[in-house]
Amino acid sequence: MRDDESIQIDSNEPIEDHSGVSRRDFLKISTIAAAVPVVAGPRTVMAAGQEVPVQGPGKVPMELSVNGKTYKASLEPRVTLLDALRDSIDITGAKRVCDKGECGACTVLLDNKAVYACSILAIEAQGKKITTVESMMEDGKLHPLQQAFVDNDGSQCGFCTPGFVVACKALLDQHPDPSPEDVRRGLSGNYCRCGTYDGIRKAVAQVARKGA
Amino acid sequence: MPDYQWPDPEHRTLIGKRISRVDSPDKVSGLARYTYDTKRPDMLFGKMLRSPYAHCKVVSIDTSAAEKMPGVKAIEIVQKPGSTIHWAGDEVVAVAAVDEPTAEDAVRAIQVKYEKLPHLVLDNEPPQGAAVTQGPLSWDDIGDMFDNQVPERQIISQLQEYGISFKPTEDELKEAKEQGAPDTVIDAIRKAPQHPEARGTSKSNYQKAAIQTQGDVDKAFSEAEAVSEGLYGAPVITHCCMESHGSTSEWTDPDHLLVHMSTQNVSGIAGQMAEPLKIPAANIRVHQDHVGGGFGSKFGPDRWGIVTAKLSKNAGGKPVRLMLERDSELRVAGARPSAYARVKVGAKKDGALVAWQSQSWGTGGPGGGGMPPIPYCFAVPNQKKEHTAIRNNIGPARAWRAPNHPQAAVLTMCALEDLAAKLNMDPYDFFLKNIDLTRLPNVYRDEFPIAAELMGWKEKWRPRGQNMSGHVARGVGLSLHTWGGRGHGSDCDLSIHPDGSVDIKMGTQDIGTGTRTCIAVVAADALGLQVDQIKLYIGDTLYPPSGGSGGSTTPGGVSSSTRRAVVDARDALFAKVAPALNAQPSDLEARDGTIRVQSDHSRSLSWKEACSKIGATPITCHGHNDQAAGKNKPDLTNSGVGGVQMAEVEVDTETGIVTMKKMVAVQDCGLVIDVKLAESSVLGALIMGISYSLYEEKVMDQATGRMLNADMEFYRLAGLSDIPELNVHMMTGKGYDERGVIGLGEPPVVSAGAAISNAVANALGVRVPFLPLTPDKVLAALSQTSAQKAGA
Repeated sequence: MRDDESIQIDSNEPIEDHSGVSRRDFLKISTIAAAVPVVAGPRTVMAAGQEVPVQGPGKVPMELSVNGKTYKASLEPRVTLLDALRDSIDITGAKRVCDKGECGACTVLLDNKAVYACSILAIEAQGKKITTVESMMEDGKLHPLQQAFVDNDGSQCGFCTPGFVVACKALLDQHPDPSPEDVRRGLSGNYCRCGTYDGIRKAVAQVARKGA
Repeated sequence: MPDYQWPDPEHRTLIGKRISRVDSPDKVSGLARYTYDTKRPDMLFGKMLRSPYAHCKVVSIDTSAAEKMPGVKAIEIVQKPGSTIHWAGDEVVAVAAVDEPTAEDAVRAIQVKYEKLPHLVLDNEPPQGAAVTQGPLSWDDIGDMFDNQVPERQIISQLQEYGISFKPTEDELKEAKEQGAPDTVIDAIRKAPQHPEARGTSKSNYQKAAIQTQGDVDKAFSEAEAVSEGLYGAPVITHCCMESHGSTSEWTDPDHLLVHMSTQNVSGIAGQMAEPLKIPAANIRVHQDHVGGGFGSKFGPDRWGIVTAKLSKNAGGKPVRLMLERDSELRVAGARPSAYARVKVGAKKDGALVAWQSQSWGTGGPGGGGMPPIPYCFAVPNQKKEHTAIRNNIGPARAWRAPNHPQAAVLTMCALEDLAAKLNMDPYDFFLKNIDLTRLPNVYRDEFPIAAELMGWKEKWRPRGQNMSGHVARGVGLSLHTWGGRGHGSDCDLSIHPDGSVDIKMGTQDIGTGTRTCIAVVAADALGLQVDQIKLYIGDTLYPPSGGSGGSTTPGGVSSSTRRAVVDARDALFAKVAPALNAQPSDLEARDGTIRVQSDHSRSLSWKEACSKIGATPITCHGHNDQAAGKNKPDLTNSGVGGVQMAEVEVDTETGIVTMKKMVAVQDCGLVIDVKLAESSVLGALIMGISYSLYEEKVMDQATGRMLNADMEFYRLAGLSDIPELNVHMMTGKGYDERGVIGLGEPPVVSAGAAISNAVANALGVRVPFLPLTPDKVLAALSQTSAQKAGA
């Protein structure tokens, strides 16, 4: 296929002929329909009745705004936001645990909304404000929520902790004085194996009381 | 003789207080670096091609297409054609490439042909008469044990017990050694009794693993006034560490390897990598800052750790990072053996236990496994036990927090609670009635009333099935447990510098249990400082070795070595400072950031002033805790703890859903170093306990031989909203403190399964035999009793 050719995809047909479409392939497909800013590739496809540009399959330039700074990277379109943060930018607070949107260890804020960074492509996150746990400390001082985690021992091995801290922040930003039901809903997307839930619950209560 | 003994309560400034975890700030801010976060210059990414079949032979491997792909830098065949594979997900070929997508593409481009073999992945009750006695071992049997990652100790004991069916030649032994058999096993093969006549013994998945009798069981049962029979069990579960297993390896020169590894055993890794990589252990440096959980599954480099180092070698020494994907983590990186039993237990009218009989079975994967320690805690006078080990193709078992104890607690405490119900006794009274059959009766006698008070047991307990409101049944249950927990071998160097800074170097690791905090508290307490004045260097083979963090051995080990080092260093400092205070060294004390004369606090120097008297060279003292308990004088650590747990549940009899209402844990661990972190350990154990009691099971599919729930959606952990009010009480003070430091990781995770199962039985009036107590099992148990009632 030549580079300038337009690929016609019938949305009812699988894009490749092998039996299993992997998650990344699926994301790759679904992204085609999403608006892709910054770089318009030379190729386009018809998808859902619209002509949209194709990115990749090789590396394409991307620009990500993380914690107020702009990072440039050259990545394949199938690279997730989580992997871009961790492996390209070396911001490793968000952790890769399940890598499929089940455990919450990779929770970051995208335009102030808590999301699983493993389930968003880096290319989709362009033009949005990405906030990770690393941004919460100010002048070397812990955020009151982080301090509450320390005070109430909300971490043991600590691998799920950054995801929980970000999820708690999103919860408290939205519900400064959360009801038990708010807490249940707001934190049900994160798992911990060491069993730190009791400390996390107390940390949330401590901050909620103070109204931080 | 320096006074190493733990200080008495009035001389403790930090020990036994509530101190915050010293590495919490790094963890909550995302700054703590884990092996998965390792980034090295020019780092390559490793990926593994894994067997799709549970039992098969590798016929052929074609890597030519992958080799040609741009960005692929190294390929390593893990299991050559001809190898037999014993579980789905086992490693076959590894690749390293410039980035992860490329490595994934390369794995997909490798062609492997397999010849499928029959497999077994279930652990149902063995068919009558299926269990065979293991005969003498053949070379194939021994090879299989290595393939199956059976622990060295177990291989040796099997060689001693069963002997061998061949006469080993020197060539064969040499070959076995070249293939990685340790000298201890080679030696055991040489010494094993030979039975060449036994060649060709037929193999079975079911092996008679134990037959034990004690006393006269038949007579005891005939004299018993109440007998209860039941079926109990706990399935295979996984460790599901949040940080998967893996490492980053790089050859800094052709003979030296630097390894970042996610491990519970920093000091013990190099020795396990040396032989397979054919370099001296001294040439391998292992480093780890933080580890995202281990729970017993991270003591070795694992085959993938060795392969990562080989990939690096193949790539000219470039760093290679290979971490397991989540599905592999759940499939191959460790499982807790299952245990099931038909138990018959008898007592006198007053509740005194007289007889125990059990036919148990379970699987630890291809290695089979042994019988859990049943009857647990209670030395019932007359016992008869038979255990069948099921060898199947689910992947290898590993130590799982308190190995075999949670299963033993389920099999025992549930059977005893059923017997108490038969006797119309409150299990609280029944367990206490028999408490002298345990090894720690006085500890349990202390703990029972405290637990009952915290739970409100006397108000909440009603005879079985008599606390219904509408379709919701309520119940309470209890269990007790024990563990050893003596400190392991540990070495450290502690330095006091002329500028007043203090550092400790120790090759231990903090697996989330608070090891850093424990070391810092012990050191700061002796020096009259705060914990943040102690700089810790751990997690590196450059530092003095300390044991692996398993079996609750770390607190006793690291606190003992630290205490010895810090007392020596403090006394050396006193000697330097004494002239300036016009006092004898023995008159001095370190308190509140000063060195002062005990009898006259006005004669004092600030810590900084005192340290300026040291001179140019820092004081450095070595602390050692010997692995052999008898060699430590005085002994600062001890063994043997007791704990009691109570659970309160609500069961919806229409949906079968079990909801936790409250859990209580009362726990002893000798001298508590940090009450805050000790409570955290117990709280975490209760939560982990709720998780394995209600949700967790490694579900295997016999048709395909694969694990069906190798992800975190269907391998369900307890979430925050599943956790009820938790109440923890640590036993401290007289009778506990003077025993010395004892580990706490394992014991509090033991009882939850039994306590929760007992609470559900108390609520429903019927036993749900097996964990996890999922709605399907609850409804099945309920329908069975209603069918029985209808038929009666």
